[in-house]
Amino acid sequence: MKPPPFSYYAPTSVQEAVALLGSLENARVLAGGQSLLPMLNMRFATPDHVIDINRIPDLTGMAIRDGEVVIGAMTRQRDLEFSPLIREHLPLMHEALQFVGHRQTRNRGTIGGSLCHLDPAAELPCIAAAHDAVVDVVSESGAREIRFAEFPLGYLTPSLEPGEMVRAIRFPIWPTRTGASFVEFARRHGDFAIVSVAVLVTMGADGAIERASLTFGGVGSGPMRMHDVESALIGKRLDAVAIKAAAETCGAIEIDDDPYTPPHYRKHLCRTLVARALETAASRASGSRP
Amino acid sequence: MNEPVDMRTISVKVNGVEHRRTAPVRMLLSDFLRHELRLTGTHVGCEHGVCGACTVLVDGRSARACLMLAVQSDGCEILTIEGIANADGTLHPLQDAFQRHHALQCGFCTPGMLTTLMELLADNPSPTEEDVKITISGNLCRCTGYAGIVKAALDAAAVLRGEKAPEI
Repeated sequence: MKPPPFSYYAPTSVQEAVALLGSLENARVLAGGQSLLPMLNMRFATPDHVIDINRIPDLTGMAIRDGEVVIGAMTRQRDLEFSPLIREHLPLMHEALQFVGHRQTRNRGTIGGSLCHLDPAAELPCIAAAHDAVVDVVSESGAREIRFAEFPLGYLTPSLEPGEMVRAIRFPIWPTRTGASFVEFARRHGDFAIVSVAVLVTMGADGAIERASLTFGGVGSGPMRMHDVESALIGKRLDAVAIKAAAETCGAIEIDDDPYTPPHYRKHLCRTLVARALETAASRASGSRP
Repeated sequence: MNEPVDMRTISVKVNGVEHRRTAPVRMLLSDFLRHELRLTGTHVGCEHGVCGACTVLVDGRSARACLMLAVQSDGCEILTIEGIANADGTLHPLQDAFQRHHALQCGFCTPGMLTTLMELLADNPSPTEEDVKITISGNLCRCTGYAGIVKAALDAAAVLRGEKAPEI
């Protein structure tokens, strides 16, 4: 239970970090370390080089720009949890952060690290999917952006090219009259979600749904957006009938077997949690709370 | 196999005392505290960030010492269980409350419980029972059933607010 030998670099600028990343073979970026360190300790990961980006000040912080909340990749989950800016403009993320690990891990864990690790049960990838976030990526040869829908390639695998690292993540802000709700079921507070669901709904002046986003965590290899359910909700009032119809569709999704929670159990959770999340989001939207 | 080991010199202030040691870059902070600084009060349970026994405060924030490399703590201030008691050796109100409420049995989880709760009480002088339970959700105790720990934390909070310790 000790990390294997590696060489260690602690760059202090993004240019320095991408230069290292571009020149070293079998290198891993160390962000908050709350997933990489366990993987090193258990020797699931055996990099030759570890590039610690904790000493790069430019990667930390958050701001509003052009209708988006821009968050530096190394911003700690704990700083997001207590940020008035996040609470006001990304209430879905604020709510989800209460479920991310424990106090000790949120103090170290970062948003960029969570998105790049892409645990299927993790909350922050679910929020990025729900918000159609955009990932700003940088390498020695330049910068590009990746829409979050194209970010997960598969289990624990982001669509980063060798030599690329995440610099920031941009979350489009939803309009007023939007209700947000994040609901999760786990065996113990802070454990990995068995099923989680993130919902955003925007109500028109007539009380009908103008825009909806519905995302599951924990049921697939990555966050699962339910586009068919979203489009079925548009133009409807979020009453008991609409919620029941959405819940039934969600309870029919394909879920792989796993040794602890059989598919029928997780399908039941999908149905139940989605109904709860939609009810909460509807009441928050009508209370005109963002 | 005989490649040179990557080493770094690490300067840290632990419990108010400056230390300077050279250690391999792969050394965990938990092992650095225990093996290099001989501060064995920080316990090592699972070594993969599940049990919370190795929790220390790094620049005032709780962190699992098994999920940090020692080299990452260079320039930081660390508080471990050895630094919690008052300078005259008397117990901190949290330690005193743990004793009075029998909030420990084997004592293995206690250093992590105390450091975690030190951070909570610094952030929130009037936590609810729910706040305490959520805060220690990342710390496993296999003896007490947690009830005494929760009571001790609430009791210590009252004492730190200047109220009289409730009768047990």
